[in-house]
Amino acid sequence: MEKSYESIPAREVIRTLGREVKEFKFDSIMTPVSMVLEVVMEMAIPYLMASIIDKGVTAGDMQHIKETGGIMIVIAVAGLLFGIMGAHFGARASAGLAMNLRLRMFESIEAMSFPNLDRFSTAGLVTRLTTDITNIQNAYQMILRMFMRAPSSIIIAMVMAFVINRRLAFIYLIAVIFLGIFIFTMMGRVSRYFAYVFTKYDDLNESVQENVTGIRVVKAFAREEYEKDKFDKAADNIYRMFVKAERMIILNMPVMQFTVYACILLISWFGAHMIVGGSLTTGELMSLLTYCMNILMSLMMLSFVFVMISMSAASARRITEVIKEIPEIRNPEDPVMEVPDGSIKFDNVWFSYYKDKTGEKDCILDDINLDIKSGETIGIIGGTGSSKTSLVNLISRLYDVTRGSVSVGGRNVKEYDLNTLRMSVSHVLQKNELFSGSILENLRWGRENATLEECIEACKISNAHEFIDRMEERYDTRIEQGGSNLSGGQKQRLCIARAILRRPKILILDDSTSAVDTATDARIRRALKDYLPGMTKIIITQRISSVIDADRIVVMDEGRINGIGSHEELLRNNDIYRDVYESQNSGKETPDFDTK
Amino acid sequence: MAEEKVRQIGRHRMMTHGPKAGDPGKIMKRLSSFIMKRYSVHIIAVIICIFVGVLANVQGTLFTRSLIDDYIIPMVKSGSRDFSPLLSAIARVALFYSIGILSTYIYQRMMVEVSQGTLKDLRCELFAKMESLPIKYFDTHAHGDIMSVYTNDIDTLRQMISQSMPQFLNSLITIISVLLSMLFLNIPLTVISLIMVGVMLLSSRKAAGISGRFFSAQQKSLGALNGYIEEMMTGQKVVKVFCHEEQAIEEFKKRNRDLFVSAYNANQYSNILGPLNMQIGNVSFCICAILGGALALSGISGLTLGKLASFLTFNKSFSMPVNQIGTQMNFCLMALAGGERIFALLDEEPEMDSGYVSLVNVERREDGSLSETAERTGIWAWKHKHTADGSVDYVELKGDITLDGVDFAYDDEHFVLHDVELYGRSGQKIAFVGSTGAGKTTITNLINRFYNIQDGKIRFDGININKIKVRDLRRSLGMVLQDTHLFTGTIMDNIRYGRLDASDEEVMEAAKLVSADSFIRHLPEGYNTVITGDGSSLSQGQRQLLSIARAAVADPPALILDEATSSIDTRTEKMIQSGMDSLMKGRTSFVIAHRLSTVKNADCIMVLEGGRIIERGDHEELMGQKGRYYQLYTGLKIAN
Repeated sequence: MEKSYESIPAREVIRTLGREVKEFKFDSIMTPVSMVLEVVMEMAIPYLMASIIDKGVTAGDMQHIKETGGIMIVIAVAGLLFGIMGAHFGARASAGLAMNLRLRMFESIEAMSFPNLDRFSTAGLVTRLTTDITNIQNAYQMILRMFMRAPSSIIIAMVMAFVINRRLAFIYLIAVIFLGIFIFTMMGRVSRYFAYVFTKYDDLNESVQENVTGIRVVKAFAREEYEKDKFDKAADNIYRMFVKAERMIILNMPVMQFTVYACILLISWFGAHMIVGGSLTTGELMSLLTYCMNILMSLMMLSFVFVMISMSAASARRITEVIKEIPEIRNPEDPVMEVPDGSIKFDNVWFSYYKDKTGEKDCILDDINLDIKSGETIGIIGGTGSSKTSLVNLISRLYDVTRGSVSVGGRNVKEYDLNTLRMSVSHVLQKNELFSGSILENLRWGRENATLEECIEACKISNAHEFIDRMEERYDTRIEQGGSNLSGGQKQRLCIARAILRRPKILILDDSTSAVDTATDARIRRALKDYLPGMTKIIITQRISSVIDADRIVVMDEGRINGIGSHEELLRNNDIYRDVYESQNSGKETPDFDTK
Repeated sequence: MAEEKVRQIGRHRMMTHGPKAGDPGKIMKRLSSFIMKRYSVHIIAVIICIFVGVLANVQGTLFTRSLIDDYIIPMVKSGSRDFSPLLSAIARVALFYSIGILSTYIYQRMMVEVSQGTLKDLRCELFAKMESLPIKYFDTHAHGDIMSVYTNDIDTLRQMISQSMPQFLNSLITIISVLLSMLFLNIPLTVISLIMVGVMLLSSRKAAGISGRFFSAQQKSLGALNGYIEEMMTGQKVVKVFCHEEQAIEEFKKRNRDLFVSAYNANQYSNILGPLNMQIGNVSFCICAILGGALALSGISGLTLGKLASFLTFNKSFSMPVNQIGTQMNFCLMALAGGERIFALLDEEPEMDSGYVSLVNVERREDGSLSETAERTGIWAWKHKHTADGSVDYVELKGDITLDGVDFAYDDEHFVLHDVELYGRSGQKIAFVGSTGAGKTTITNLINRFYNIQDGKIRFDGININKIKVRDLRRSLGMVLQDTHLFTGTIMDNIRYGRLDASDEEVMEAAKLVSADSFIRHLPEGYNTVITGDGSSLSQGQRQLLSIARAAVADPPALILDEATSSIDTRTEKMIQSGMDSLMKGRTSFVIAHRLSTVKNADCIMVLEGGRIIERGDHEELMGQKGRYYQLYTGLKIAN
């Protein structure tokens, strides 16, 4: 389900990233400025050195040597100062960009709706928020520090060379142009190929991941050799591609060395002629040779920066994609801020998960009509894939209908303020999560300012109080990430408590007691009925016993309502319901061993 | 549950002790021998090439001296216009340079093969090792940690082998040759240069120390933020249902800010390192220039202008490799920490397998005796090779499984199974019931030797399972696990995982048997639909159907179904019931289920509690006993 990032144009990416740099504009400008100043200082050194040799040593002027040497040391110190400034501003600007990008992404994710989230995988979002951001941070720092530094270093070296000797400097100019063209065409090719190799590399790692999580399956089927062969082949393929890519890269070095050495030899040859002819000094020749090295280093730096940029381009796209994602479900203008009651009405509702596939065949809810009165208890039962969950997801606008309308409290759900609606419709999801923190903190997700007493009351209703009470630190007990230190049934009861703390007008339990034993399940339903009588309750379940005493039961089959009625009515006139009932109760009362 | 616990213990252990501060030298040695074993010729050639390259380079630098001293100045002095000696000198240097360029290219090209080849071998060895590790290893190591060995650790190692090591070697040889040349040119100036190098090293260490402190702070806040991100992304839908977005953002901002502060400090100090060393290098250059100038003027130590020029070039090219060695050294230490984790994984004890009894297909001869065959005959036998006289016995595989006085603990301390006795006769259906943590899954995991027992015996057709080759044992047991896992690939491939040589027809047959065929045909590409991300696009029920089909196509003599139909609704379950029944027919089956319908017709039901079998018998018998089973069944007492 991961989206491809090919679609976003580069301009869009740069604009999005640029917006997050704004806060650190000063640092972002100061970094290249400091770096350029550092380069100026560094470049002055060979020039002064020439002066020492020519005017000092050759002329025997010790005073000149001392003075110029002193200036050189001052310049070195100044260079250090600018270097430190560059280090400071560069680190701040790049860490700042990373911080802002991360926050913007996170905010964007928080603003997304369920359909948006379905398009990104959880693992994908985590990677984008972590690895991709780190890539951008490193690349940005590199760019700020080197992108100006290297070219200005080249330019200054060139200018100095021209100042010293115009004719010899032309050799550099030709060399730089030649190398520049070579590096950039070369690197363009290499980085494109690398981008391709890295996707293959990701595939390899993904197969490792699958083997780690699925190791029991591998071992149960004794497929170790098979997996090894598969992996060896993939690894061999990766090896070949990397070797090919790196062989392209290493061509860089000999070409660069060749150019520089050629320059040195040419300068030596023509320089010697000039010195003999009297139009060049030995000191100047020395300086020219030093500048030659400087130009080489800068060119290498520049090609490196170029590789960094193209490698992080994919990361930048992936980040932009998240930031630019437009929430599919948004607040209406002029929203209704109160839900009057807990009635629900489905009016010719069709629904498809795909925005672009809305034909009758693609819809997984077919023309649903359902009227639920405020305070009613509705059971929904149906087979795997009969769209029970999809149906209730429409009530709190987790998804929007494709055609038709859903109303709550007599108004179309699209008219409400989203928070208002979701505050009134408490949805206990099938795949629920608790968060690391105390039990109390988790409960207060339901209502932030709930008192301890209110929390205890909610837990009593959901039958969670008894086990919480038995814990050493009771409501202050710490829950580990994902609630891993609680059993499935305990988690579910906490999730229900969290949902009713909200005092909603509608409570949706989506298979929320599957891991709770039948007796406890019955007690929870009893308590909900006794303590929260006015609340509309919708219970999705696979257990007949959970809905047996509901006011009405809806039987779903392949996206349609197959029957509605009380337990007795359905037993009489609905085949599916009778089937389900019989599959669970072959003449007995309880269908399950309550083992979880 | 028990596994979860073990995992937590494992994690805890890793966290408290932290990454072991191993001996980098030892790891380096091991890594080198790993490389040398495969690429000794390459490495020797690389070293020679680097050496030649450096020498050629030094020759070039020395040429600057002779250019001025031996050619230009004499020519200026004599006023001669004869450039032919200079031309031949330049030609000689050009030759040196060419050799240098060539050797650099050769060594880099070789290093590509060495580094990528080594990484490939490491990856493959890691993977092979991983596949051989016992399940316990995966219980006690966070999956993220195992993954990061393949990704982060291998990646840093790649940089180290392909860049840092040659760079290091290059720098070292450069330093030595430059130092020798400098000594040859002028001793006092060399001493001064060395002192400045000392200053450089000292200040680097200082800055690296400060930066290191911030780096560990950064690592800490990065961990805190990443943990939060992971949790929030997993629970994102819950966040939305509870309108908790604002709070999530607030908390995120706080952690994000912390990371910013430490990241920027850490980077700032490590950024300073470069300019610091460079400017110290420049100062060193200045000092040498001033002193050298004075010396050259006074003419005391025989320092000529040309010699001074060369010396200054050397001085400049001296500080660079020293700087390089420092940074590469840091990088190597980091990479070696990763290398340590790689070797730690490679050193893990593989799954014990001292079995010698193997599983073979046999034909029944007319006289009733069995003979081995390569074809699939549907009759299996245990091939028992006696080491004493080399004779071979064939015992027909019937599927009798017995557990005799089995005790088991995941960690040698906390026993989760006590004195378990169990007799499964060929073709019987044996069910386990009991509350979570009673040890149902654990028993099945012992039968296929995911774990080894502490005491007692498990026998398969009378053979101690420790004597059976682990993989043959597992091939004889079809497993459908509580957590379904699918692999990236088509539906067809996923079902075929059960038996790799199954034809398309056989795969579809198996799918039909378990009623998976109809939903598969409704998928966009039918059997060729590609599953990614552990089948996240399928419902849990559909995934369970696929994993049952996978076991069905394997056609194993015995079956273990661990909550295999828990996410399939009861009506669909009823529909596949006949398929399940025919699947189990004639096979010894172990079934774990919390649904009565799944369990009721078992030949024997074991009721487990606290790791002991407390009741056993068929449904009628157990109901008659009015014990725990009766309570569970009638719902009189809560099992939780």
